[in-house]
Order: sequence, then C-alpha cells, then structure tokens
Amino acid sequence: MATRKKAVQPPRKREPRKTVAWKLRLYVAGQTAKSIRAFANLKVLCDEHLRGRYEIEVIDLLLHPHMARGDQIVAVPTLVIKLPHPVRKIIGDLSDTDKVLVGLALQQVI
Amino acid sequence: MTRLKKSRRPASRTLQKALTGIQGLDEITAGGLPRGRPTLISGGAGSGKTMFGLEFLVRGATEYGEPGVFISFEETIPDLVRNAASLGFDLERLVAEKKVFLDHVHVARSDIAETGEYDLDGLFIRIADAVRQVGARRVVLDTIETLFAELPNPGILRAEIRRLFGWLKDKGLTTIITAERDGHDKLTRHGIEEFVSDCVILLDHRTRDEISTRRMRIVKYRGSTHGTNEYPFLIDDTGISVLPISSLGLDHPAPAVRISTGITRLDGMMGGRGFFRGSSVLMSGTSGAGKTSVASHFVDAACRRGERCLYFAFEESPRQIVRNMRSIGIDLEPWVTKGLLQFQAARPTYGGIEQHLLVTHKCVSSFKPSIVVVDPITNLLTVSTIGEVRSMLTRMVDFLKTQQITAIFTSLTAGSGTLEANEADISTLMDTWLLLKSIEVGGELNRALYVLKSRGMDHSNQIREFLLTDHGLQLLDVYLGPDGVLTGSARLTQEGREKAASTSRQQQLDSHGRELARRRSAFEARMNLLRSEFDVETEMLQRTIAASALLDHELRQDRGQMLLSREADALAYKKGPSAPGVRKRANGHA
Repeated sequence: MATRKKAVQPPRKREPRKTVAWKLRLYVAGQTAKSIRAFANLKVLCDEHLRGRYEIEVIDLLLHPHMARGDQIVAVPTLVIKLPHPVRKIIGDLSDTDKVLVGLALQQVI
Repeated sequence: MTRLKKSRRPASRTLQKALTGIQGLDEITAGGLPRGRPTLISGGAGSGKTMFGLEFLVRGATEYGEPGVFISFEETIPDLVRNAASLGFDLERLVAEKKVFLDHVHVARSDIAETGEYDLDGLFIRIADAVRQVGARRVVLDTIETLFAELPNPGILRAEIRRLFGWLKDKGLTTIITAERDGHDKLTRHGIEEFVSDCVILLDHRTRDEISTRRMRIVKYRGSTHGTNEYPFLIDDTGISVLPISSLGLDHPAPAVRISTGITRLDGMMGGRGFFRGSSVLMSGTSGAGKTSVASHFVDAACRRGERCLYFAFEESPRQIVRNMRSIGIDLEPWVTKGLLQFQAARPTYGGIEQHLLVTHKCVSSFKPSIVVVDPITNLLTVSTIGEVRSMLTRMVDFLKTQQITAIFTSLTAGSGTLEANEADISTLMDTWLLLKSIEVGGELNRALYVLKSRGMDHSNQIREFLLTDHGLQLLDVYLGPDGVLTGSARLTQEGREKAASTSRQQQLDSHGRELARRRSAFEARMNLLRSEFDVETEMLQRTIAASALLDHELRQDRGQMLLSREADALAYKKGPSAPGVRKRANGHA
C-alpha cells in the first residue's frame, strides 16, 4: 500500500464536471497497522459517499517530519479535512464510521 | 543520535547532572538536574514553571553549549519570545543561531473527533525533528498535561505520555516537564508524576498579607543528595534566582582587623579599637533612641577612611537622612557625591522579603562596599514573619561575611517589653550587639548605650549616656545611684549635689584647719605667759638668794670684826660650819 505523499490520487478525471469538494489529508507515521487500517477505512468511506469528489493526500511524518507542525499534528493517524471549511481533524484509525461521517459533514450529529 | 548515546553511557555508572545555570539552584541540587532524564516541575498557575523551563533552556544553550527544544503546549511562540525577553533572554537570536528550537503544539478539542485508536507518534516525530535540527540536549515540555483536556481517551494518552518519557530518556535528553499542581495533595492533575521518577521540583507562589513570595522545594531527587528546604526564589529581569538558606555554610573568613565606630568613647568601650571588620553588628533600641545617628557616625568614619558604604534605608529617604544627620554635625552629602556612600531607600512593602535580599545581593555585587547598613530590619517584619526575617538575615549575614563586609543592622524595639527578649532570635546571628535605651528619670527621657555582647573582644559592661550635640554624638559616664542609672537632668542634679557636698566638705576642712591654728596660737601664748612668769619668779628668787647671801656674809664679817675687836680665837672663826655651804650655793647661781 502506498503511503507516500500524494501517493494515492483519486480518479477525479473520470468525472470532470464535478469539482473536488473534499480535500483530505491523512497523516501517518510509517506503515503501522493503525495507519494501514485508517487508510483502508477512509478509502472505503470516501468511495461510498464521495465518489469522485474527493482527494486524499497521505503524508508519512517519518519522511516529512516538518509537515507535522503546519497542521498541528500530535496524534497519528490524523485525518485533516481541509475542505470543506472549517478545517477539522479526526484522529484515530477511522473505525468509527459514524463519527467520520460527522467529521466529513456528511451526516448530522444524532 | 550516536553522539547522544555515547554521552549517556557514563551516566549509568554515576548520576550525571546537567547544570541549570539558574542562580542558586545548582547549589541546592549539588550540580543541577539529572542528565538525560526527565524532571518534573510542578506548580500552580503563575508559579514560574514556564520561566524555569525557559531559563534552563537558554542557559543551557548560551552557557553550557547544550542546545535545547522548547515544546509549548500553551503559549504561542510570539508570546514565549516576549516572556523570555522579560527575563532578558533573546530567544529570536538563539532560534536564528540554531541553538534553541521553539515549537507550539496546539490542539483544539473543538475541531477534533476521535474515531478509534491513535498514538502520539505525531508529537514524537515533531520532537525528534526539533531535536535533530538543533542537535538538542535539553527539552522542555510545557505543559504536556493540556493534552488531556484536548485529546480524547485519557487511557491512551497516559500510556503514550509514559512512552514519550521513556523515549526521551532513551535519547539521553535532559528534559523538564511542567505540570499544573492540583490542590495541595496532588503534584499533577493527571498523575503523570508517576512516570517521572527521577526528580520532582515543586514551585509555589504564596501570598501573605498582600505580599507574595515564590518558593521552591525539591520533592525528590533519586540518586542524589539535595537540599530539602523550601527555598525562596525570585523572577526578575535577570531570570530566576534561588536563595539557598545556608548554602554558604559557616566557613567564612574571620579577619582580626578592627575598625573604628566613629565614636571615640564607643571604641573605648570595645577594647579601644572598635568593631571587627566583617562582623555583624546589631543595634537595637526604642524609637528615637539614636540608632540612625550611631549608624551615621560609623558610616561617616568609614567614608573618611575612604571605604565604600551601602545604606539600606527602609524608613527615611536619603535626603531626609542627610538633612537630619547635619543637625548632629555629620555631613553625609560629600560622601554621596564622591560615590563613597550609596543609599538604597525603599519601603519594605514594595516587595517580598526575598526581593529585598536579592536587591542586597545585587547592590553589594555591583557597588562592592566594605560596610552595609540596614536601617531598620524590623520594618521587614511588616512584610513577613519573624521566622522569615530571621532566615533572610541569616543568609544576608552569611553573604556579607563571605565578602568580609561589616554589617550594621538597626532594630526597632517596641516600647514595652524587654529589649533582650524581642531580639533574642536575631541576636544569635550577630557578633556585636549594642543596645540603645531610653531611660526615664525625673520626667524626662534620656539616651543610654551599652554593649550587650561583642564576640571575641574585651568590652565595657557599663552603661553610657550619650548626647546628640551639634558636633556629633558624645558618650558620658552615667551616675549609678541607689535609684539606678541617672541621666540627663537627674545626672546634672546629682552632679550639682555632689559639687555642693564637696564644697561643704572643703569648707569644713578649712575651718578645722583654722581651729587648729587658733588653738595652737592660744597654746603658744599661754606657754609664753607661763615662761615669762617663771622667769620673773626665778629672778625674784635669785635676787632673794643673793640678798640673803650678802646678808650672811656681812653678818659674818661683822662677827669677825667683832671677834677681832674682841680678840677671839682665830681657830674658831675658821672652823665656821656654814661658810662653805653658803659659798657653794652662791657659785651654783652664778
């Protein structure tokens, strides 16, 4: 699995009419079980709810440690939702689908 | 990293320490904080935790060649830079020189959601990166516990923080972790002290009677001896200063040089040569007893010798002292202008007692006086308790003694109560104790002085009255009468009385002398009379004797002639029995 920066580009060219509305950045630290799980969970979720309208950027802090400062990363994995505003962060392996959907502003808080 | 590991190896044999550079702390901890291990600094809000961390880092970077990383969980970097500037540290320059790395870790709970397991590798990586960038040997985490408020799942967080401390230790980084103290029984809000087993320092900021005092205590220091007291400390424009109570020990030099008190008769009371140089002198007395005047004399004398004096005035302004001392013939102004005398005047309430001590330290270090006057120490009691004043004075006396500075402390005694009792616990610190007393006799107060103790020298046990005259202070003998010590008018009255008595005695003596002379002349007159009478009698008697002798002779001649005429026997004439006897008596009178 690719965890390099911008290693995974979603196939947005397939639907050129739609603009990228969800700009996501996933911070991980190496290929740990948690980070692999987080990426897998995110991918499934996005494909299900945001097909073609999202972009995931995976940043491995082991390779780019200085990146952690910009987005104030403390915990990993952290998913930073750059767009839509406001910027939000979700930490953990994204196994709690409901919470991730709330974070992605796809679901109202029940 | 290999460099760090190498330096860590010897630490396993003996506990190595990293000097903090914080004034006084390295003395208490006997060399600083444990090298390569985390130290917990705990304290309430505003107790100086961040300042402690900052100074530790900056001193490390500037004085010990150990770059540092400051991870702030609370303050932003501009705030930090500003705060550090208030201690006189230029953080921006240090950052530019790559000696210090600042990072602000900001986590806002509002925009964080937790969806499953996480770890703090992000923080680890940030710290590791910062450490690598400047080659740091020191790290400050200020205050990591804020993460508990902002990140969910405390269980994970605790485990992660524990891992972080272990990791910092592995890297051989000397770390300071600050934590907010929770109440009085817990060192930290979330119990992270259990992960920091090596060294814990507690900071405290207490307010008593509206005067605040900062204190520091080393709660534990594994594998090292340390001072266990609460040490007052200060934060000012040169950073933190811890004031160890007795770090200096009792090994100060004791010079045998004596210096004059400026009052000849007072010198006389102390073996004729005054105080020992470097001794501490307590001068206590009721208000108006003349404490400042005696001290000024001493200052004046010292300045005349060309020595520098530092005068801490807690009661009067310098100008007031100069003016008042002029009235007793001491002009301090020239010494001030010459730079021999420096006044340091302030109300004691302007700061805590430690601040006063620090000011003393600073002034003494910069001015380098040979005499220090503190007038009066009792005013310090308004900002503190007797115990604290005592501990402060202990440190001050120790400090001044090591510098061989002669110190004069004046102490105001309350009108009631015995003088000795009130100062008993301060006086043990002092080498010489002069008591100034107001003595009330015959409806007036007069000043008296005596030397209660003076270590290592002969001193007079007598009370002297002293007068404040236009040309200075004068000591006079007092009269000791049946009613006690007589001073002032009572003394003058007594003097008059004694004078009168002496006059009358003299007169009596004179009159006795005259009587004797009179008697003698009377006696001699009578003697002369008697003698003349005797002479007269003698003369008369002699005359009578001569007359009778003549008569006898004539009678005998007559008789002889008669015999001749009668032609009597010549033999009978010659054998006349009375003739030789008469001749003999006449011869004896001739």
